[in-house]
Amino acid sequence: MNQVTLVRRIGARPSIVFEALTTSEGISSWFGPDDGAVLSAALDVRVGGSYRIRFRRTDGTEHECTGQFLEIEAPRRIVMSWQWACGSPPEEEGDEHVSRLEYHLRPIDTGTELTLIHAGLRTEASARSHTSGWGGALDKLMRMFAH
Amino acid sequence: MVNNQTNRLDRVFSALGDPTRRAILARLAREEGLSVSDLAAPFEIKLPAVMKHLDVLAEVGLIRRTKRGRTVTVELSPRPLKSAVDWLQRYERFWETRLDRLTRYAERKEREAQDQGE
Repeated sequence: MNQVTLVRRIGARPSIVFEALTTSEGISSWFGPDDGAVLSAALDVRVGGSYRIRFRRTDGTEHECTGQFLEIEAPRRIVMSWQWACGSPPEEEGDEHVSRLEYHLRPIDTGTELTLIHAGLRTEASARSHTSGWGGALDKLMRMFAH
Repeated sequence: MVNNQTNRLDRVFSALGDPTRRAILARLAREEGLSVSDLAAPFEIKLPAVMKHLDVLAEVGLIRRTKRGRTVTVELSPRPLKSAVDWLQRYERFWETRLDRLTRYAERKEREAQDQGE
């Protein structure tokens, strides 16, 4: 559970969703808390290519995230590294390191099922813990400490 | 360059990666005042192995061990776990907003494509 997994059903075909995820026009349209928040988006969409997105948060501070594309399988899958760029104020613990972001696009009747996985850590240990699963007791424990 | 905070969160997640250690933490969350031998009782592995797990948990600050006379009692120390939970919640919020906006954008593009007979 050292990762965030979110699933969305989008009423758009996979190629359109894929384009929204991998073009500067697309990213600029949604990658911020509100309209006009994305200041710049540069993406070199190929394995080994890098990306850099600069955006403004609702509190007015500017942040920049950057990384490299690790795997690309249009229009089904994109895997990239992710980190907050230098000079971009890290907010809290855990923001300084490199994490891993994955998008999986599955065609469905109504459009696309998009799965986003943001894995916090890229150590071997974290990969093991991710596959072994956490079980109900620990989930409960973690919910206790969330408050 | 080594960053202390980064390594600490890494090590917390790593410590939590073991099912025996998770079971130990879950038990400590339910019961207070457990000694090391109390904790070891339900497990099939022997006491020294359990103590090794406790070492790992203590090292990342998830538990505190206190010696009282000849007994060592073990307590849960929630702060590192809270850091891990905080990280997950922050990024969940971060992505939820964006996925909402992505959905609206993509659906609009889909309508445009269909209007153009694509």
